Formats: sequence, structure tokens, C-alpha cells
Amino acid sequence: MSPHPEAHWRAALAEGRLLLQRARASGTAFFPPRIMEPGTGDEEVEWIEASGMGTVYAVTVVHPRPPAEPYDVALIDLDERVRLMSRVDGIAAEAVRIGQRVRARIVEEEGQPLLVFEAV
Amino acid sequence: MGGSFPRGGAAIAGLATFGLGEAPGWSAIELAARAGLDALADAGMALDDIDGLFVCLPDDMFGGLALAEYLGIAPRYTDCNRTGGSAFMSHVAVASMMLAAGYIDTALITYGSNQRTAGGKLATPAKSSRYEAPYKPLFPISAYALAASRHFHEYGTTRAQLAEVAVAARGWANGNAEAFAKGPLTVEDVLAARMLSTPLTARDCCLVTDGAAAVLLTRTERARDCPKPPVPVLGAAAATWHHAISQMPDLTTTAAAESGARAYAMAGVGPADIDVVQLYDAFTINTILFLEDLGFCPKGEGGRFVEAGRIAPGGALPVNTNGGGLSCCHPGMYGLFAIVEAARQIRGEAANQIDSVEVALAHGNGGVLSSQATVILGSTATV
Repeated sequence: MSPHPEAHWRAALAEGRLLLQRARASGTAFFPPRIMEPGTGDEEVEWIEASGMGTVYAVTVVHPRPPAEPYDVALIDLDERVRLMSRVDGIAAEAVRIGQRVRARIVEEEGQPLLVFEAV
Repeated sequence: MGGSFPRGGAAIAGLATFGLGEAPGWSAIELAARAGLDALADAGMALDDIDGLFVCLPDDMFGGLALAEYLGIAPRYTDCNRTGGSAFMSHVAVASMMLAAGYIDTALITYGSNQRTAGGKLATPAKSSRYEAPYKPLFPISAYALAASRHFHEYGTTRAQLAEVAVAARGWANGNAEAFAKGPLTVEDVLAARMLSTPLTARDCCLVTDGAAAVLLTRTERARDCPKPPVPVLGAAAATWHHAISQMPDLTTTAAAESGARAYAMAGVGPADIDVVQLYDAFTINTILFLEDLGFCPKGEGGRFVEAGRIAPGGALPVNTNGGGLSCCHPGMYGLFAIVEAARQIRGEAANQIDSVEVALAHGNGGVLSSQATVILGSTATV
């Protein structure tokens, strides 16, 4: 295990890989990266490659003052039973629905790698 | 074991609000000091009576130290809890136990903010986590909007039901001289207001105002000798299940389900015994979530519960009788204003006084539904 889980996760993201941590004993995946499994303190934690598949758990469309366009902010439940905030690209913000299946994509935005999703 | 509480051992002996709405020229610390002095006077006490100081100023992480120096006092204990707008409920819990233990003899809990006249934006050092910020959620509105979206999805709650919460709050504010937002407000007005983060419009959001509040606690036996009727603390409990909204286990159930249950158990009462309810309504969805989580209606029924003016003036359950954060005041951290209104209802001196209030509940929320804390107050007859 890397001694600096957050840096390790960000470095992988910059290489186009979505990693998650999983506690070896419980088999539970979790996010954001931590130095131990939350709730148990188990430090026997390994990195796994996420499937990238998930489901929209909750969604809001932010309406900035015009002329800026509305955009969605969503909570995504990955198939590994991990929840994170992201957005769904490729369809109108208003068209993003709870329960919709989505797939991860890593893009570059403002010079940083960014995890987003697209509808499948 | 754990979970024990000195039921009725401490009481609110003094209270005050000041500068609700706009207080041009006042700084946050001046407002907190002003309300503090007024609460002391209300209790028939003076500065040198304070030996526990509980304060969290919006703009100063070291506000406890700053206010002690400003007042020119050397407290035996100073507390600057940062759980957000629920901090004051936690202050009441800690102060009650310290008073009962004899560690302190009085506790001043005070707060002030000039966020409206100082800039017109929510003054808070809180922000989205670095895992969330790149997606540009409006902080904190979008977090509550996400919770509302999930409540809509699971329980069929509607925007019109959210709007009922804002309309009820305005109804109470219209009867409160201190309230900042007054005048007619209809469900249609709320629905037609500017959309900020679906499903929440500007009228689903709390006000941005100035204001200050303070309460002075002492042991109930001593409070009986103070000029005003004592308001004993029957129970006080806090719970935290997450910080960032993306880490909240279930967006339709808050930790109020835990803080409320523990506070009820300490107080020896249940939802049916509560005569008046003060909930931290930073957004309209909060009132619905907390009515459910605190047991006033089943989970998922909150939207239907608030229909037809049930929580408005004249309704079956008086909720946020001062107008709440939606229409009375919201100076950044509202929790203390809910406590003051609950205590005023028990004293019989509220602007919208409910008949024969014996037990009142004040519930605080901090962060993005993150910190939940519940205080149950009673009349001396309940001790």
C-alpha cells in the first residue's frame, strides 16, 4: 500500500485509470482514498481497478446566471458499492435521471484529470 | 453505558436577539457581544457572572478567545465548536453537563453575524470537499438539492410540497415584528422564483441576514431566582454520520433520526408531547426531512404532511413560529435562533405565542445535513 493514498489515486487518474481501495478482510471497497478502511481501521488495504460502471443515485441541475449554461451535478453509485460526486456528460443536463446507468470517462479539465460519466 | 443526561438540571435563565435583518455598521463580534449583554441583563446577571463562554463566530476560527478578550472576561471554560449551524445545540448539551457537574456555574452561548450588510453572501469557511469541488456544485445549495431529488424519487415529494414549507414560514414571519422577510407569499410565487439548483428555487433557500442571539444557562435551582421564568433543558443530543454530501449513506434519512431519539429518551418525551417545533430550515427540504426523522410523521410522508397549511399559523403542528431561517432571519448559523424561539414559547413571550406550551423542541443542522443536534426544553412544571 502506498503511504499516500490520495496522491496514489490522483497519479493513477492522470494515467487514465480509475482506482478504488478495498479492504482485504472485508472485501469492502471505499472512496475517497484513506490510510485505513473507514469504520474498522483495517490497514490491510489493496488497490483495485474500478469497472467504471455505475448508476445515478441523485442529481441536480445547477442554473448559473445566463449566459452560462445549466449543468448537472450527480451522485454516482459505482457497481463496487462506492458513491462519489461527478457529472453525466453527453446528454442535456435536464435529461439525467436517477437510476440511469453510466460509464466512467477520464477527461482533462482546467489542466487536471477529471472523472466524469456518460450515459450507456 | 453512556447517554445519560442531567434532565432539567440546567435551565435557560436569560435570552436575547438583536439586529435581526440588517444591522449596518455592526461587526460580528459587536453583535455577539450586544446579544450576550442583553441575555445577561435578561437573567439579572452581569459580565463577571460568566464562567463558561460558548461562541462560534462566522468569520473567526478563534472567536471564543476573541470574544472573551472583547468582553474583558477570563472564563473557566471556552468552547468554539465548529459543527456548523447545529453548534449551539451541542453547546447546550456540553454546558448542561458542565453545570450539573459543578464545573461551571453559568454559561453564555452567543452568536452574531453581519453577513448581509458585510457582503450579502453566506459567510462561512465551509466549502465542498476537494473530491466534489471540480463538479462545481453550488455550496451548500446543491447538496440539499441532491437530497431533495432523491426524496422526490423515492417518495413522490413535489416542488409544490417544498413550497408549502416556505409559505408556512412566511405566514409565521408575518406575525413576528422581528422577522426580516414579510408580505404575501404563495406556492405559485415559490415555484416561479429563480431556479438555482433543481429542484430548489431562490424561495426554497433561507435568507441571508445579519443578526445575533444569546442564551444564558445556569443550574435550574439558581434560575428560579432570576427575573424571568426558567426554561429547563430536558435533553440534548448530537449525531454526525458524514461530512461531504457524497458520503451521506442515505440522502433521505438524516442523523436527526439518532439525535432526536436520544434527546427524546433523555427528556422522557416523544413527538406527541412536543407543543411547538423549531427546525433549522436552511432549505425547504430540511423541514420535511426533520419532521420525518424526528418522528412527527413517517419516513417519506413529510411532503404530504406539510400540505394544506398543517405547519402554518392555525395548523395542527406549529413549526418555526418565528418564521424560521426561510423568513425570519438566517445570519449564517441559525441554530441559536431556533433555541431562543423555543424558549420564548415556553416563557409565553413569543411573537406568535402558542397556547400553554410545556415542551418545545429545537433542532439544529450543520454542514450539508452533516451534523444534527436536538434540544428539548420544558417549563418548570415538566421537571
